[in-house]
Amino acid sequence: MEANQPNTVSKPCLPRGVRLKYDETRSEWLLLAPERVIKTDAIAVEILKRCDGTATFAAIVDDLAQHFSADRARVEADVSALLGELAAKRMVDL
Amino acid sequence: MTASPESFDSQQRLGAPVAILAELTHRCPLGCPYCSNPLALDPREDELSTSDWTRVFSQAATLGVLHANLSGGEPAARQDLTDIIAHYANVGLYTNLITSGIGLTQDRVNELARAGLDHAQLSIQDSDAPSADRIAGYKGAFARKLAVAEWITQAGLPLTINAVIHRANIFRAGDMVRLAVKLGARRVEIAHTQYYGWGLTNRAALMPSRTEAEVAIAEVEALKKALAGVIVIDHVIPDYHARYPKACMGGWGKRGLNVTPTGKALPCHAAETIPDLEFWTVRDRSIEDIWINSPAFNAFRGEDWMREPCRSCPRKTVDYGGCRCQALALTGDAREADPVCHLSPHHDKIAEIAAQSEDAGGAPLYNYRRMKLREPAE
Repeated sequence: MEANQPNTVSKPCLPRGVRLKYDETRSEWLLLAPERVIKTDAIAVEILKRCDGTATFAAIVDDLAQHFSADRARVEADVSALLGELAAKRMVDL
Repeated sequence: MTASPESFDSQQRLGAPVAILAELTHRCPLGCPYCSNPLALDPREDELSTSDWTRVFSQAATLGVLHANLSGGEPAARQDLTDIIAHYANVGLYTNLITSGIGLTQDRVNELARAGLDHAQLSIQDSDAPSADRIAGYKGAFARKLAVAEWITQAGLPLTINAVIHRANIFRAGDMVRLAVKLGARRVEIAHTQYYGWGLTNRAALMPSRTEAEVAIAEVEALKKALAGVIVIDHVIPDYHARYPKACMGGWGKRGLNVTPTGKALPCHAAETIPDLEFWTVRDRSIEDIWINSPAFNAFRGEDWMREPCRSCPRKTVDYGGCRCQALALTGDAREADPVCHLSPHHDKIAEIAAQSEDAGGAPLYNYRRMKLREPAE
């Protein structure tokens, strides 16, 4: 659904009730939401840490591409896929 | 992880629990006939103290528990609810208040939000006010709940609406999803009644016909797709019409623990119905000790306890033989396969019960959940 896909000016954020947490017991990053615990890989963590509600989607992609010296189009596709999926689950607000 | 048959006797093999369900009290102003609480409700004077609960949550967080669900009864009946929630937040637990809304005021909701509550889950009994109040056994409950939903969203808290589905409201399952959207919920639980506790005593009045269930399930599944990104729909469908049982609790003693108002640690709500299980209490033992060593938690871990048809079944690591309490309730033995499974020799009992619901007519008469008062002392 198109409404669930970020556009360049979206300012994605984790809404109240969704938390990114490093779990000491399991030694991994987890995304916590009502009745949900989602394991997040290293890439997802880097993306989600940047979703602070002030940075735009475009700025997040730029920052990641630069920080990891990665192909911008590839990064954009990854970020868009992750945020789109989490927005459909109401775990990210766009 | 491989599905080897060794028992869960080492901590390496046994992961940390993900969630704790704290039944802070059995007191509740509502009388919902499907309540999962036991028939013998714990009286107020036997409830754990504030310091008992804060100790339990500190231990749970240290052990690796992530989600803390505050339930009851009605947790707002505890005057120390804000203190308990503040402590949760301090120890880093994700805190979820499961409430009927009755007993909350707007000031109290704001206080809970400030104390660090992460999420609130509000029950509704129906989308139709007179029917909702009849199901709850409480006049005015529905109107009050609409107000509470508004206070919760105004306080900035994410809201889940929870509705239990049965014969009296099954025609409005879709309406209840739409009401949840209107109330600003980000998530809604549409849960068909499970027959434990009070729900089991009221089964004849609650169980819908198979056709009614199928129509409602199809409508809610369609809404799930249509409303993606608007609201998350968690749909718990009835197991009486299924071919295989549910993986009850995600496996016995695998994901979480329940603590009753008096401090008994249970692998699930209904575990106390199983005879001869030894439950430990948080008054005497730590959460870690209970999780690893309590006889009740170890009773149905792994696969050694299983009988046929489970023992040789390839699905034994998928559904763990289903629900132990349902196996007990319907076959008389908790070690049997859940009779929901079509492979169970007792499967005809499910068909029998499901068939009885087909000819049920008229307004259902409920045995409302009520707390029996103790006999006064001589």
